[in-house]
Amino acid sequence: MLKISTAPHINSPQDTRSIMRDVIIALMPALAAALLFFGLSALVVVLTAVAGCVAFEYLVCRYILKIPPTTGDLSAVVTGLLLAYNLPSNMPVWMVLVGCFVAVVIAKTAFGGLGKNVFNPALVGRVFLFISFPVQMTSWPKPDFLNFLNADVETGATTLGILKHIDAESSATKLAGGLSDLPDYGQMFIGYTGGCIGEVSALALLLGFAWLLWRRIIGWHIPFYYLATVFIFTSVMWLHSGNIQVEPVTQLLSGGLLLGAIFMATDYVTTPMTRKGQIVFAVGCGILTVIIRRWSVYPEGVSFAILIMNAFVPIIDYFTVPRVFGTGRK
Amino acid sequence: MSNKKTFTMGGIHPDKHKITAEKPIEDAGLPEIVYIPVKQHIGSPAKILVAKGDKVRVGTLLADADGIVSADVHSSVSGEVLKVEEIEGEFGYLEQMITIKVEGDEWEASIDRSPDIIREINASPEEIIAKIREAGIVGMGGAGYPTPVKTTIPAGKKVDCLIVNGIECEPYLTADDRLMVEKAEQIIIGAKILNKALGIQNAVIAVDENKPAAIEALRNITRSYVGVNVQVMKTKYPQGAEKQLIEAVTGREVPSGKLPADVGCIVQNVGTVNAVYEAVQKNKPLFERVVTVSGDAAETPSNFLVRIGTPASFLINKVHGSPDKIGKIIFGGPMMGTSAVNINAPITKLSSGILLFKDDISFKPEETVCIRCGKCVEACPVGLMPFAIAAQVRDGDYHEMKKLHVLDCIECGSCAYICPARIPLLDYCKLGKYELKKSK
Ligand code: SF4
Ligand code: SF4
Repeated sequence: MLKISTAPHINSPQDTRSIMRDVIIALMPALAAALLFFGLSALVVVLTAVAGCVAFEYLVCRYILKIPPTTGDLSAVVTGLLLAYNLPSNMPVWMVLVGCFVAVVIAKTAFGGLGKNVFNPALVGRVFLFISFPVQMTSWPKPDFLNFLNADVETGATTLGILKHIDAESSATKLAGGLSDLPDYGQMFIGYTGGCIGEVSALALLLGFAWLLWRRIIGWHIPFYYLATVFIFTSVMWLHSGNIQVEPVTQLLSGGLLLGAIFMATDYVTTPMTRKGQIVFAVGCGILTVIIRRWSVYPEGVSFAILIMNAFVPIIDYFTVPRVFGTGRK
Repeated sequence: MSNKKTFTMGGIHPDKHKITAEKPIEDAGLPEIVYIPVKQHIGSPAKILVAKGDKVRVGTLLADADGIVSADVHSSVSGEVLKVEEIEGEFGYLEQMITIKVEGDEWEASIDRSPDIIREINASPEEIIAKIREAGIVGMGGAGYPTPVKTTIPAGKKVDCLIVNGIECEPYLTADDRLMVEKAEQIIIGAKILNKALGIQNAVIAVDENKPAAIEALRNITRSYVGVNVQVMKTKYPQGAEKQLIEAVTGREVPSGKLPADVGCIVQNVGTVNAVYEAVQKNKPLFERVVTVSGDAAETPSNFLVRIGTPASFLINKVHGSPDKIGKIIFGGPMMGTSAVNINAPITKLSSGILLFKDDISFKPEETVCIRCGKCVEACPVGLMPFAIAAQVRDGDYHEMKKLHVLDCIECGSCAYICPARIPLLDYCKLGKYELKKSK
């Protein structure tokens, strides 16, 4: 019996699941870096988050929506990884699970599941935890190379936290003291610095970026325009004021900027459809990130910046409809 | 003109699978029976001139064009007309066909069967168009638009460029490629003939860079012909689509809803141009064409010269495709072709390929939810938003659909090919177009 079907009869090898698999692979270098610097406790948080997100999605599909579980598309695994990467490595397990619940059940399935959610689920989960448990969310274990069991690890501030602190006290002596706590560029680049699990190593994140580009999962546009905006904006302020707080290279390498720009501002579902729209989105994220970092009470603004821009996606999409062939060139 | 060109918007790069590119065109030989449809073109069916029991020869006129937008149909074999009635075509629909029992290979005396290439073009423009009409030539790239109509420039329009389409951007197909390698000079003379009919000086043969043998063969000969040039193109699908090709070659954009002649261009497929040469210089009607028979269920994939009306099953036997292994048979290419239900359906003037796929890759993947990846938007060569069209068609909102320019969709399938959620976007576009046209 011959099969019949409509054209096209071939498909690109990429499907939703394979894309998610590639994103997971791209996130692995950052996991390796986290293990080196934060030890096994980072792994505990990561595994909890992944298991939590997958389990919540499975349960919601099975018992509430009564549809075949969608966990096979691996998107819940990506959400779990990203959520964990945005948490400190000493986060209590039960709090991680609360984050998973908010990310998957409230930010994703309640909106209609993959493809319908307006906000990046992992970021919603993170921000919820940040607001609910501010103390745990802002005490980061200091990196301790190869101390896998995390014996006697102190907690300390992130680079951006130190900078914010300097600003708040702003007396010359304290300033000098604070500055010596700052990691140098090399440390920030490989990730020997305090921070959330997956955000510290620029090197690892850039490796992931290279993988995503090579596998054609994302274009270079969003990360590039996001980072370029932050760099230019902070450079202008830095040259103008000489304020160490906005020193552009530190701004690029610190906090969750690279993680956000490469992995979260590029989430298909919550970002614009067209190249043009994506550039607008990325520039918006960059501007908001710097504004929040510089003028708000929070040291870090990547999560908020991306979430705010998520809300603008429908408007951006509306104004960046591509020009139809044969309807007049601009 | 040495720099490679391509179209600006969208496009995809599917795996080429041009496994038959090196296989010379082989004469498929004569089947026992042929089924010749009287409508192998866009327009009205031709009027049937023969009846059961009539003896015909190769090249005998079987049916006469009915009006301007129609085309003559000739016999491809010599033998006896068995019946003239409706028979199941490739998609299972009944089509009017003339069934001929093959008894031999006697050609009409008027056809010049010598192998000599005739370079001198003696026919006047009017005679050229008349000969094209008498030979029943239609656009052989798949559009099936009667060629005489396309060669007559509408009043008030000025055409300055003939583009010969040697792109063949569909995976697997190599029929045009082989034709350019083996009939390079005939194609170039055919282009000169069309130029004469159109009253213009320039023709560009556009060939994708993945066909080096064809490019070399054509270039060797264009040296001795003024006004015919080869333009090498950067490979991208759907470069062979008429409007995309014009934009790629000339930079001119055919306005939405307009014709190529509106920007001064005429596009003809290489197969058509070869048929024009044969009609005008050799008096040979269009009754055979090159067909690629390929796919992973074909043991010996090949390019064949096939008489129109030959049943697909005859060609499938020739490539040793075993019927139990074949899951799907496609007429045309894998991007735009249609899967056949009838294994005995005949080759027509438009059949560029027969593809045989094994059972295990013949399924249609399961549709999942749109993940808003934007890949369909990026791939669309027309700048449409296929995901949005799909959503509107699902909602039945035809007013919105019009705003989305669904009528400009060229049905290339790039969006559906690229979609990671495997949403049948092309089906939605076709359905949208159909409903929109109906509601007018
Ligand atoms: S089939 Fe239509 S909508 Fe889809 S890519 Fe081709 S032209 Fe665009
Ligand atoms: S390619 Fe498919 S999944 Fe991606 S936006 Fe288009 S319809 Fe949605």
